[in-house]
Amino acid sequence: MSRVVEVADLRVELAGSGLDIVDEVSFGIDAAEIVAVVGESGSGKTTVGAALLGYARHGARIARGSVRVDGVDVLALGPEALRAARGKLVAYVPQDPATALNPAVTIGVQLVEALKAHDECAGQQERRERVRQTLAEVQLPDDDAFLKRLPHQLSGGQKQRVCIAMAVACRPRCIVFDEPTTGLDVTTQAHVLETVRTLCATHGIASVYITHDLAVVATLAHRVLVTYAGRIVEQGPCEAVFTRPRHPYTQRLVAATPHVHVRQVLEGIAGSAPAPRRRPQGCSFAPRCAFAEARCRELEPPLTLVAPGQEVRCVRAEELSITPRASLAVVGESASSPAAAPLVELDNVTAYYGGVAAARDVSFALHAGECLAVVGASGSGKTTIARTIVGLHVDRSGAIRLDGEELPRAAKDRPLAVRQALQFVFQNPYGSLNPRRSVGDIVAMPLRHFAGIRGREALPRVEEALERVSLSPAFAQLYPGQLSGGERQRVALARAMVCEPRILICDEITSALDVSVQASIVRLLERLRAESGLSMLFITHNLALVRALADRVVVMQDGRIVESGDASDVLLRASHSYTQRLLRDTPRLEPLTINQHEVKGAVR
Amino acid sequence: MSSVQAHGPELDAGEAVLAALAPAPARRHIRGRRHLWIVQRLAVALATLFAISILVFAATQALPGDPARVILGHDATRAQLADLRAQYGFDKPLLTQYADWLKGAVTGDFGQSISAHQAVTTVLGDRLTNSAILVLLTMLAIVPLALVVGTVVAVRADRAMDHAVTVVALVLNALPEFVIGLGLVMLFATNVLKVLPAVALIPPGASPLAHPSNLVLPVATLALATAPYLIRLVRASVMEVLQAEYVRMAELKGLHRRTILIRHVLPNALIPFIQGAALTLAFLAGGVVIVEYLFAYPGIGGALTQAVTSRDVPVIQAVTLILACVYVGANLLADVLVVYATPKLRRG
Amino acid sequence: MSAVADAAGRSAPAPATRERTGLPRRVARNRRAQLGVALAGPVVLLALLGPLLAPHAPTVFVGRPFEGPSSSAPLGTDYLGQDVLSRLLWGGRSVLWMSLAATFLGVAVGVWAGLVAGYTRRSIDAAIMGVSDLVLGLPQIVLALLFVSMLGPKLWLIVVLVAAAHAPRVARLTRSVTLEVTRREFVEAAEVLGVGRWRIRIDEVLPNLVTPLAVETGIRLTWSIGMIAAISFLGFGIQPPNADWGLMINENRTGLSVQPWPVVGAVLCISVFAIGVNLIAEGISRTVAGDDGREAP
Repeated sequence: MSRVVEVADLRVELAGSGLDIVDEVSFGIDAAEIVAVVGESGSGKTTVGAALLGYARHGARIARGSVRVDGVDVLALGPEALRAARGKLVAYVPQDPATALNPAVTIGVQLVEALKAHDECAGQQERRERVRQTLAEVQLPDDDAFLKRLPHQLSGGQKQRVCIAMAVACRPRCIVFDEPTTGLDVTTQAHVLETVRTLCATHGIASVYITHDLAVVATLAHRVLVTYAGRIVEQGPCEAVFTRPRHPYTQRLVAATPHVHVRQVLEGIAGSAPAPRRRPQGCSFAPRCAFAEARCRELEPPLTLVAPGQEVRCVRAEELSITPRASLAVVGESASSPAAAPLVELDNVTAYYGGVAAARDVSFALHAGECLAVVGASGSGKTTIARTIVGLHVDRSGAIRLDGEELPRAAKDRPLAVRQALQFVFQNPYGSLNPRRSVGDIVAMPLRHFAGIRGREALPRVEEALERVSLSPAFAQLYPGQLSGGERQRVALARAMVCEPRILICDEITSALDVSVQASIVRLLERLRAESGLSMLFITHNLALVRALADRVVVMQDGRIVESGDASDVLLRASHSYTQRLLRDTPRLEPLTINQHEVKGAVR
Repeated sequence: MSSVQAHGPELDAGEAVLAALAPAPARRHIRGRRHLWIVQRLAVALATLFAISILVFAATQALPGDPARVILGHDATRAQLADLRAQYGFDKPLLTQYADWLKGAVTGDFGQSISAHQAVTTVLGDRLTNSAILVLLTMLAIVPLALVVGTVVAVRADRAMDHAVTVVALVLNALPEFVIGLGLVMLFATNVLKVLPAVALIPPGASPLAHPSNLVLPVATLALATAPYLIRLVRASVMEVLQAEYVRMAELKGLHRRTILIRHVLPNALIPFIQGAALTLAFLAGGVVIVEYLFAYPGIGGALTQAVTSRDVPVIQAVTLILACVYVGANLLADVLVVYATPKLRRG
Repeated sequence: MSAVADAAGRSAPAPATRERTGLPRRVARNRRAQLGVALAGPVVLLALLGPLLAPHAPTVFVGRPFEGPSSSAPLGTDYLGQDVLSRLLWGGRSVLWMSLAATFLGVAVGVWAGLVAGYTRRSIDAAIMGVSDLVLGLPQIVLALLFVSMLGPKLWLIVVLVAAAHAPRVARLTRSVTLEVTRREFVEAAEVLGVGRWRIRIDEVLPNLVTPLAVETGIRLTWSIGMIAAISFLGFGIQPPNADWGLMINENRTGLSVQPWPVVGAVLCISVFAIGVNLIAEGISRTVAGDDGREAP
């Protein structure tokens, strides 16, 4: 195996202040090897990927280090040589294909121009041939009609494959994949991952795969680099790192990743990752680490070899022996009482969007005290149903009942008690809070609206609501712009909980959050349920999350329910082909962190 | 995901300029039926013109009081008033007056000018052409200028040049047109240099093109009044496109700078510019009024000001309608061009 | 382990990453805005206090027409023999009050119309936009001249007409912001609770309008000044023998080559005022650029 990429002591810093974004980054990649760079927001993984092409975003600067691809140091190249190297020596697949493709230029032209810029083929005929070849490799049609299409005429998955084709066309030695499957549904993601695997193996490309999803890493990569606060904290072969993580952060990441087959207690990590300006002295993870000692806070630990091919940045790596298996607290199934009366019932509900039925003949019931998950890909109608229940979407037929009473379509037509009992939390943490109003105002709004409590009177209840979602009351003075994604979702939950609702509808509330933040939100939801007997309708596309949280599940495809039942039943013994396909396409971390014996033992 | 902003302060009021164009149809969904939408838009424009005609009529002939007395003044005799009323039909019911007038307007007959005692169309005929010459020359001057200056300033990260252009644009934008015009007059005609005429001296009946020195200052005034807006528009839109993800992607693909500029940046940056250019055309419909008055240029705007002074109702009505047509037409053109230029809307 | 798990609950409050200083204070620190105030401020003072400082009344004859600067008339006399300096000092008031009144009236009506149009039934939206398109169908100056022709150069009429020219443009901006804001989830959160439309417009939309509106008002004010000065210049605004900058420019044009001071003085006053206000608008615009409120921390 020849070493194709060699990164040595890379440092990228902020142009003005000189503060580091990433530092001491060194690793190597062999031909046909896929190395995953894993981290949460602010870890610097995207910066590392971009640096492999000699690129630093506006306001940042590559300060030190070398990136050798096939012997050539990309960072030492002059502007023209760098331009020639980009695309030919090292290629890039972007995170969001929708914005990365020029909306005004056809696919064909965007594919060919890379070839032209690098004098890759002899003439027009050859270029056409190469484009067709590449399109076939990514399983896209290669006819003229397709080449003449504009980006907006393609689906998300197709756009992403076009981006991959653009990267592979010039037969580069290295490709950087920057979270290319974010936003794609599970099945499309599975196809894209398969494409990536095959291409890299066939052409011997050394690949860097940037992601935040550990399960994807486990399915795809050979080796993994775990990043935190701009440093590599652990690196090694996937199996070794996930079965026996040496760094406390890696262990916490594994503990926060939900598993499809085992219902485990998800653990978040207290605190949040520090931004470049606020990185502490010593080990950056120390403030959040359970094993931190005095010496951890003084000196930043160096990366040390602990096993063949495995390095860790932790002074206590040798002593700590953490197996995720032991730390995964597996729980038995919750005792949901099917005899409990249905709280919310949907009876043949069909919801329309401009004449087209987005959800058809949907019938199910939510019982008191239970958590019902609604699972499906985008376009399955699950969000439409949730919005219909809460009265945001009014174009529907069929009946929705609460406590046996039928509900009017629009929220504003419903009695006050109903509106108070039924609360909704949105997916987008950045859109669900008004940026121009303080957190205190936002949480107090339902109090004012329902009970006329305003100003000083509302303050105690606002503070109480904030504490319930584990936010200090001082947050009431802050504005949404000062909060992280996880904190914003907690505020949204506080707003929903402040009037003591009976039913909480969560519409993909953790999809936009880092995995450890997601885990803490799930913990919070469970606590709220236990404390107040809340019933929950949890909309998601993530099957593993369903396993961690829900009692029962309803699976939707193209607007219809295809399967429903107890969560454990459906996920372990799916009967419908669609559910089975979803299960098959969902990437797993389990094979590395839980063995079969334990799976059987935990589930009754 | 640090909080370092991608946009520097450079995008300032340029963004306001761009945002002002946002209500364009590009933001609404036009699913496929592009032709249908254009017909609809045309219908809306016609309806607007129809409503404007009612407004014009109401403002001139339908106000409370006696239009004849307003026109002729206090010392008009009863006989004069009666004559005027009969001649212009002020004694007929309003609806009839309106219908007659509209019928005439649509066929090109605007009646008789009160002060000139000639058909309005005769009075306005040449003037319309003269104004059109002004507007055309102005557009010919500023369109290439804005494109070149705006793009160069946006692409070169030269702070000094950027600063200079922005300051000049700011100053010119703030000044009313007649101030710019007078400034030019003082500079080139009356006080500093005396090389150009302060007032247009064109023999009646002759074309201004035969006496080009009379065109220089009026066109220069109009150009200086409108160019800053277009230059800032181009600058803002090019800067915005330069920061787009697909331009970054093109860089990472290793394309040549020139390819990126020509194929990726300009086509997308041009869309707001096209709209802005059409809107400038609309603006010029109003701009000619003041400039022609200032330079006594024999155009349609000059006719309007004279008509307002002498209360020559038919001329007022005619000029207002004509200018409204140009204004609405140019706005329609702006919307249509945007739809044609935006690929997403072109192919639905 | 358990200590950390427990602490997975409480998180320390985030230190303020950005000062929440009010908009006026932030604008005050902007160089362009400062320069703008330095330019416009004195002009406003001049307009307001001028009459108290003027050596003569504006309509008094102090010499022959178009005389050059002298001891009794530091800037000379105008086309009738009146003191140019005094007329300049008296001539700002009308422009000042009329442009301010027209701007605020136009903005108020425009904001109301836009708030309604952006968050209401399609039919009402279409009706409001229809009226707005109607007014927008004419160039501003033509609209003004149209009504002035038959109704006469009444000052309140001019204020209303200039305001009417501003309102549709402000309405368009307001409507576009309202449309965008009401699509966001926090407005849906209020709808789920059953909060009424006007409550939502005031509590949720208006705070998001402050910044774009601040910029727009600055731009509108600049236009008002130009428009009102232009109407006076054409002779359809404030009438002689009153002193008014725009009117002065027109009255004294004929003597430009001999006695340029009346024109130069009035041109300078209007220009400095307009440029100053425009700079303030620029300053506001730069201060709020990037203030999207949706930035990820």
